[in-house]
Amino acid sequence: MHIEIDELAKEFGTERALHPVSLAIPSGALIALLGPSGSGKTTLLRVLGGLEFPTSGRVLFDGQDATGLSVQERRAGFVFQHYALFKHMTVFENVAYGLRARKRRERPTEAEIGRRVNRLLDLIQLPDIGARYPNQLSGGQRQRVALARALAIEPRMLLLDEPFGALDAKVRKELRQGLREIHDRTGLTTVFVTHDQAEAMEIADLVVVMSMGRIEQVGKPAEIRAKPASDFVRKFTEA
Amino acid sequence: MSDITLIRAESVTTEPRLVRGVVIATVLALIAVLLFAPLIAVFAEALRQGWAASLEAFASADAQSAIRLTLIVAAIAVPLNAVFGIAAAWAITKFDFRGKAFLITLIDLPFSVSPVVAGLALVLLFGVNSSLGAWLVANDLKIVFAFPGIVLATMFVTFPFVARELIPVMIEQGRAEEEVALTLGASGWRVFFTVTLPNIRWALLYGVLLCNARAMGEFGAVAVISGKIRGETTTMPIMIEMFYNEYLSVAAFSLAALLALLALVTLTLKSALEWRHADLLAATRRH
Repeated sequence: MHIEIDELAKEFGTERALHPVSLAIPSGALIALLGPSGSGKTTLLRVLGGLEFPTSGRVLFDGQDATGLSVQERRAGFVFQHYALFKHMTVFENVAYGLRARKRRERPTEAEIGRRVNRLLDLIQLPDIGARYPNQLSGGQRQRVALARALAIEPRMLLLDEPFGALDAKVRKELRQGLREIHDRTGLTTVFVTHDQAEAMEIADLVVVMSMGRIEQVGKPAEIRAKPASDFVRKFTEA
Repeated sequence: MSDITLIRAESVTTEPRLVRGVVIATVLALIAVLLFAPLIAVFAEALRQGWAASLEAFASADAQSAIRLTLIVAAIAVPLNAVFGIAAAWAITKFDFRGKAFLITLIDLPFSVSPVVAGLALVLLFGVNSSLGAWLVANDLKIVFAFPGIVLATMFVTFPFVARELIPVMIEQGRAEEEVALTLGASGWRVFFTVTLPNIRWALLYGVLLCNARAMGEFGAVAVISGKIRGETTTMPIMIEMFYNEYLSVAAFSLAALLALLALVTLTLKSALEWRHADLLAATRRH
């Protein structure tokens, strides 16, 4: 799905989290929102997912105005920074949650839910953990379960907030490639937020560098490296 | 000075054996004298003339109506306060709004106001001398010296229990799980019943049990607003006092023992539930 952000601004009281920003995200791309904390990248992601409503501006999905769409109607697969798995449910129930939440008419049968959940657990290469509870999983496993849960709703896009932030360096590297592979297999338009320039440069098709609620530069990783648009971008993307 | 040798305890948080012994012994002695001995005394006094005399006390119409009234009042006040407590804790922890600190203080009010004062306040508000009271009387709605007044007084006194238990738990849990559920397409109600409620269930249970124990035992506020009409508005604690004042000590202590037993049953129930669901409890702790 093609996403267009048109002069989007967000204020929290007197605080300006996002100055009007505009951005076009091509269908099927893997995009990184890169910036230090307080740069507005998470706010932008949450506005896309419908968890915050913008103060002004519009969001368009495939050319249709989606600004007023509720969080449920957006069908955005959202992965939170600390995964926010449902602690009191097994992994299977976590992944099945979105399917069970559907209206009765659209809800798959129990057998179909089982098939889909197992297919997703295969996709994240953790086929045997359905019966476990989240606190019995490692950090990397939790992250992948959160990804499977987001994919279960057959989302129109995938939004990830610091998906690797809480992991140690080794696992982080493995999962980066894992995300890239899952993106390539599903073909979903994917936006992820990160403060780690190496992470953004390594797997994203397009990197959006943000600072103080503004977009500093948008470009392919190589372009940003070769031609930083400002001092800030140059300093922030130095390896 | 140089001949003083310091013996290092194994862990920095461990005290010398003597100190530990004194602290533990003091706590045990206090518990024995302040909590355990009075409880034993109540049961001993109730059974002084044997089981038969004790059971006979429950056969009187006064005792039976008091037990019935207490159970009905608790059955109304506790669920209502559970709902209000959840609503208050939800509002405080999930939304940001003006006057939040004030609301938190208000919730604690019944803890700091003497129950007698609360009872008097309700009498003032709903009694015949107020305009609201006069209107109620004109429309044949009795609150003061009647059942609704007892329920109101009980609710006032037990209001904070559920909210107080829930607020810290809900603050610690944050909003992320609920937000995820919304992005997965769940409606607000579904999120509440499948995510919020399971996450707070132990705190809720504990709050409800405490609320229930307090509701059954409330004396001060109910004593004022009920008017102590024998057989009509006398709850168990008030009936106990009446029996006691009439030198019917076996009846008084038998009813007291029953009240204590009801409280003990609630606590045992809680422990049993915790023990039975220990696995799930451990599994759902924050990771």
